Amino acid sequence: MIKLIINGNQIEVEENTTVLKAARELGIEIPTFCDDDRLSKQTSCRLCIVEVEGTDKLLTSCNLEVKEGMVVNTESEKVRIALKINLSLIWAGHPNDCMKCGKSGECKLQDYSFEYDVDAEPIYSVRKEAIAKNATNHFFEIDPDKCILCGKCVRICSEQVGVGALGFKNRGQETYVSFGNDNFEDAGCVSCGSCVSVCPTGALLNKTADKYRNWDVDKVRTTCSYCGVGCQMELVVHKGKIVRVDANEEGSNRGLLCVKGKYAFNFINHRDRLTTPLVRKNGKLVEATWEEAYAKINQKYLEFKGESNSFVGFSSARCTNEENYLFQKMFRQVFKTNNIDHCARL
Amino acid sequence: MIKSKAELMKKYQQTKDKIENRKGKIDLKKREVLVCTGTGCMSSKSKKIVANLEEAIAELNLDVEVHGTGCLGFCEKGPIVKIMPDDTFYSQVKVSEAKEIVTEHLLNNRIYTKKLYVNPLTKQKVEKTKDIPFYDNQVRIALRNCGFINAESIDEYIGTKGYQALELSLTKSPDEVIEVVKASGLRGRGGGGFPTGLKWSFAKNNTGQKYILCNADEGDPGAFMDRSILEGDPHAIIEAMAIGGYAIGANYGYVYVRAEYPHAVERLNIAIEQARAEGLLGENIFGTEFSYDMEIRLGAGAFVCGEETALIASIEGDRGMPKTKPPFPANKGLWDAPTIINNVETYAVIPQIILNGAEWFKKIGTEKSSGTKVFALGGKVKNTGLIEVPMGITLRKIIEEIGGGVTKGREFKAVLTGGPSGGCLTKDHLDEIVDFDRLTELGSMMGSGGMIVLDDFNCMVDIAKFYMDFIVDESCGKCTPCREGTAAIHKMLADITDGKATIADLVELEKLCKMVKSTSLCGLGQTAPNPVLSTLRYFKDEYLEHIEEKRCAAGVCDGLISELFITDKCIGCTLCAKNCPVSCIAGERKELHVIEKDKCILCKDCFTRCPVGAIITR
Amino acid sequence: MTNSISEIENNDCLFITGSNTTDTHPVLSYFIKQAKRKGAKIIVAEPRKIDLVKHSDVFVQIKPGTNIALYNGMANYIYHNGLADQKYIESRTEGYAEFLTGIIDFTPKKAAKICGCKEEDIIEAAKIFASAKSAGIYYAMGVTQHSNGTNGVKSLCNLGLITGNIGKKNAGINPLRGQNNVQGACDMGGLPNNLTGYQKVFNDEARAKFEKAWDVKIDSTPGIRIPEMIEGMADGSVKFAYVMGENPIVSDPDTNHVKAAFEKVNFLVVQDMFLTETAEYADVVLPASSFAEKEGTFTNTERRVQMVNKAIEPVGNSKPDYMILQELMTVFGYQENKTPSEIMDEIASLTPIYSGINYDRLKIKGLQWPCTDKNHPGTKYLYEEKFTRKKALFSKVEYLESAEVANKEYPVTMTTGRTLYQYHTRTMTDKTKGINTLVKENYIEINSFTATKYNLTDGEMTTVTSRRGSIKVRVKVKEILQDDVCFMPFHFAEGANVLTNTAADQYCGIPELKVCAIKFNA
Repeated sequence: MIKLIINGNQIEVEENTTVLKAARELGIEIPTFCDDDRLSKQTSCRLCIVEVEGTDKLLTSCNLEVKEGMVVNTESEKVRIALKINLSLIWAGHPNDCMKCGKSGECKLQDYSFEYDVDAEPIYSVRKEAIAKNATNHFFEIDPDKCILCGKCVRICSEQVGVGALGFKNRGQETYVSFGNDNFEDAGCVSCGSCVSVCPTGALLNKTADKYRNWDVDKVRTTCSYCGVGCQMELVVHKGKIVRVDANEEGSNRGLLCVKGKYAFNFINHRDRLTTPLVRKNGKLVEATWEEAYAKINQKYLEFKGESNSFVGFSSARCTNEENYLFQKMFRQVFKTNNIDHCARL
Repeated sequence: MIKSKAELMKKYQQTKDKIENRKGKIDLKKREVLVCTGTGCMSSKSKKIVANLEEAIAELNLDVEVHGTGCLGFCEKGPIVKIMPDDTFYSQVKVSEAKEIVTEHLLNNRIYTKKLYVNPLTKQKVEKTKDIPFYDNQVRIALRNCGFINAESIDEYIGTKGYQALELSLTKSPDEVIEVVKASGLRGRGGGGFPTGLKWSFAKNNTGQKYILCNADEGDPGAFMDRSILEGDPHAIIEAMAIGGYAIGANYGYVYVRAEYPHAVERLNIAIEQARAEGLLGENIFGTEFSYDMEIRLGAGAFVCGEETALIASIEGDRGMPKTKPPFPANKGLWDAPTIINNVETYAVIPQIILNGAEWFKKIGTEKSSGTKVFALGGKVKNTGLIEVPMGITLRKIIEEIGGGVTKGREFKAVLTGGPSGGCLTKDHLDEIVDFDRLTELGSMMGSGGMIVLDDFNCMVDIAKFYMDFIVDESCGKCTPCREGTAAIHKMLADITDGKATIADLVELEKLCKMVKSTSLCGLGQTAPNPVLSTLRYFKDEYLEHIEEKRCAAGVCDGLISELFITDKCIGCTLCAKNCPVSCIAGERKELHVIEKDKCILCKDCFTRCPVGAIITR
Repeated sequence: MTNSISEIENNDCLFITGSNTTDTHPVLSYFIKQAKRKGAKIIVAEPRKIDLVKHSDVFVQIKPGTNIALYNGMANYIYHNGLADQKYIESRTEGYAEFLTGIIDFTPKKAAKICGCKEEDIIEAAKIFASAKSAGIYYAMGVTQHSNGTNGVKSLCNLGLITGNIGKKNAGINPLRGQNNVQGACDMGGLPNNLTGYQKVFNDEARAKFEKAWDVKIDSTPGIRIPEMIEGMADGSVKFAYVMGENPIVSDPDTNHVKAAFEKVNFLVVQDMFLTETAEYADVVLPASSFAEKEGTFTNTERRVQMVNKAIEPVGNSKPDYMILQELMTVFGYQENKTPSEIMDEIASLTPIYSGINYDRLKIKGLQWPCTDKNHPGTKYLYEEKFTRKKALFSKVEYLESAEVANKEYPVTMTTGRTLYQYHTRTMTDKTKGINTLVKENYIEINSFTATKYNLTDGEMTTVTSRRGSIKVRVKVKEILQDDVCFMPFHFAEGANVLTNTAADQYCGIPELKVCAIKFNA
């Protein structure tokens, strides 16, 4: 274990811990755009700088390992000035359109700019030419003007998803993130939206017709209802409707989803949903009340009650454990048969 | 194949006399012609000169060999042709004059005086190289073979004791080799000045596969020492890298050269092939356990690839972008293996250190910066070219004696060292010595060895802007401070040179520069603001003049010139009036001239022409 | 899965077979690729050159239905070249000698001939697999949906056992379950022979426990499986069919046959979110809520029981399935009115492997069964100390041809599978525009050799016929298949399952969806 002091607080952490993480243990959030535990270190945003006693340079805490007796200051005057300049430089090339940006309220640039008093009127002027949005993907688009080049999207795509559809193009100020050949399909993109999940700004946003503000939504943690991996996700709810799915990093999926989990949620609020029971009358399915439907089923149950072998039940690999339990319980307890099976073989 | 010391020495004996004869140390009654075939002279058709010389010699049936050599340094006077062992130095030779040189000098034994160098001070024609002041004060170690041996001949290299250092190293233990390098005090010539031996020992202490790399991605505007060494003495680099490979335990090396250096690449490739053919590269070199081979990797000319982590990324096939350090390459470099990267010039001196001993090298230079340093001397100096001087020499000696002083009698203003990462020194510093530490103390740096002299026609704000423009183009774009910060700095400088800035902006500029310096990811960004900070330090009045008076005294910043005005210093020489393209200057001879403002197109021809500096900008 | 998803990246070798993981279990495939990045060796054995082949060290391209031959061939090489883990075999297994008699002459050469692959590839795969420090086997329906599917699994288990990779960290034998809660549906006794937690209906002790809790007599004979249910519906012996959240008209083999059965049955209840192809045959359709509208748990492929939480109110008058079932049971005279959490408590009380599970404990990371008491942390990987039957049993497995193989009349072998974008019968996925743009319609994938042979061009519509039916479908030429082999996704109604064969595995009744013979109509 290593002892060090951060902002006057002593802390003991494991060897090889970074100063950024050690600070986090103390509840001190050091700003960063490009750091993510799951990804290789890019150390490029330079926001996580700290002052270390005995060193003149400002050091990035995301890759700075703790040393015994280290004295770190994360909020010194020097750090705050550098941070404000850094954010002001980014702001100078960033569209001033938070009022209509879908990321507003969850944007790290917005949060840090607030924290470090960045002026709305840019104090710097950087020569930057607008780069067109890439909207080739069906589910999300890339807006290079809002990109701060933290590279998390590029790294998650290659290091975590193992696809590598995204990369940097050009260099210097003209650098931007795009798909190979500027087209998602050519690049082998699998539309999993992991890039969107990690983007700290509005550069990667889902395409959506829903208008909502991020402070007007509820997020409900749940388990994905597609394949058997059981990815953990958050359903983002606005006015009783699912408007987005966010990845959750606590599950076995470690914040990764696939195209179905992330984007194929429209069925939930879809207009084709059955909203009332239907009962067949004169050969046609017509709307009915629950009572009517139950009565009809009960009638047939009573009709065949004595012949338990004439009952069969198709249970469901899509329903919950509790529901599957009840289904087989109903068959075994009520219908007195073991004729229950489900689509495990399909 | 050379598989033992004996075989190497046999080969050495075979060519040694030829080399000694060329040096004039023994007399074999045999003359040779050396023609500079460095990139500079080749652009003045020196290859054709070689061909014409050979043709003429053949016609006259003379027993004279012609050799294309590497750069002789005095590029200002190229193409250069030398007759050895006479040491006759012909400068600015034309293709058509090759035949006359043969007839006059080689056939008739008369000096071809038409092409002798004229000493500008004495106005005397100088016959021999050693009498040319440009070569005075120079000590050539890294450049010792440049311009002296045939760059495409391994035999000639061996004739200058080539590969003896490698052979000697293989008789020592790796630690002993590193000790010699450490004791010599050799520091990295690429700019950082890190002790080479110490760096080697870091990699030595690691295990497993290791690599040795040569950084030949020379990118400083105006610098060409690495290119010249590769073109003129490629075997020295191969030998040194093999020594380094032995010392640290690497069996493979890469030379990372920018693709803009086709001649260097060609010569190095020839040399690698020759060394392989002789068994000096490959398995069991000199019959020992040690095996080593190498290849060239081409860079696409990105300045940042001179940064070692970016260079490694580029060799690996990734974008040439720097990575954060630590880990340092000596621990985790190419393909995550321990890797040593040294600059071309650093390698070039290593065989000499091994052969002559650490003490010999340490005696040259200053206490903490031993040895020599090659500079590409350029700008407003009479003798531009490549020079090698001992560390500790004064700036004045370099500029006034070797460089022959400032051109056209203008006034010396500053000298820039370290290129886009360095800074400026003023006339107050002319008697300062040149070494790693002193230059840093003065707010500049050694850098890779660009040295550009400025006169009073150079605007310091404009110079800072020029370098920042370069950096904005060369910033890889990875980290925010360098990518956005340098662009913002450039814009602020442009505002100053356009007369749009305020004093408050100057405060912001300095703040921004310090931020970029302290928070950028790699050396490029961390040093990028140096030219600005250094000019602010020594030429703040020029900045203030631009901001407060909206005036550029050097007359460079077009945005600030609304009028050219002739002061009463005018001597009425009529030079300005005669040359004015729109004939807007009037005045009698020996009387004060006047510019007709409405007609003037602000071309500044008169301004630069006036011999007494009577014309000013307003 | 015997092991866990989080272990995948630490496997030294991964043997992927019968699974197009990047399409069927995309997120899990990310971890396979991450394992590769960390230096693992990857073996892929598949009839198609799937995406994971790009990340593999060896790719063995086999004919559909020949996988057992491959596994036996690998076992043969491992045995004859001293790569078997003798210590493990002695201490933890039984039946080795018997098993050997089945593989001793089954050389890689022989296997290669059956599989239509190179002998060297089999040898290389065997070498890599057997010499890895820890090797995991990952498979899905490509191994099981065969008339000898159970044997396929057993044969794979043999490979795991002979190399000592079962009951070990970062290894194991790992079936990748295709649906969100297929593991849970099995765990919960949604099978004709099992009560919850794989307690057998014919086990008197287990049955007695349930009889006491439910206050009812339980039949001790196993019920019938889906194929027999469909038969029963068709022949009239089944009169009352209740389908909850399934769409057999599209998902089951031999569509025409299934349709006839659903047409025939006296009374059909379908409980679903949408009016599916199956619901159209129903007498009563009950509108069920989606997973977003209810609370409950799903059990994933690594046996992790995880929470499903309610995000929105039920859409329209729909109700969560658990509510419908309880209301119905109450109507039938069996009072039921529990919250999902209380239902789970009931499950835990009757199911040893779920005993320690309750909603309070599931909140963040869920729990992996077996979780046998309230303090049990759950089980990361199975059989660390002992197997369910103390010692693992080697099985002598013989390679048998698929029930239907290509012949002169039906010369092309068809295999089926899922695509990345669509899911099962598309009930859920076809509601998202982008998804439908990416995979719009049914297609048949063939290589250019096959295309030329049958005079087909990329993009054209053709008619494909098997012994059971005939469909029109678009041709997609892609160089990832062997000659005379084709692939068709099973998502589309009037698609693959019109053609597929109902031949089923004799042990578990799984239909042979992965192999049938077809022809192109001229």
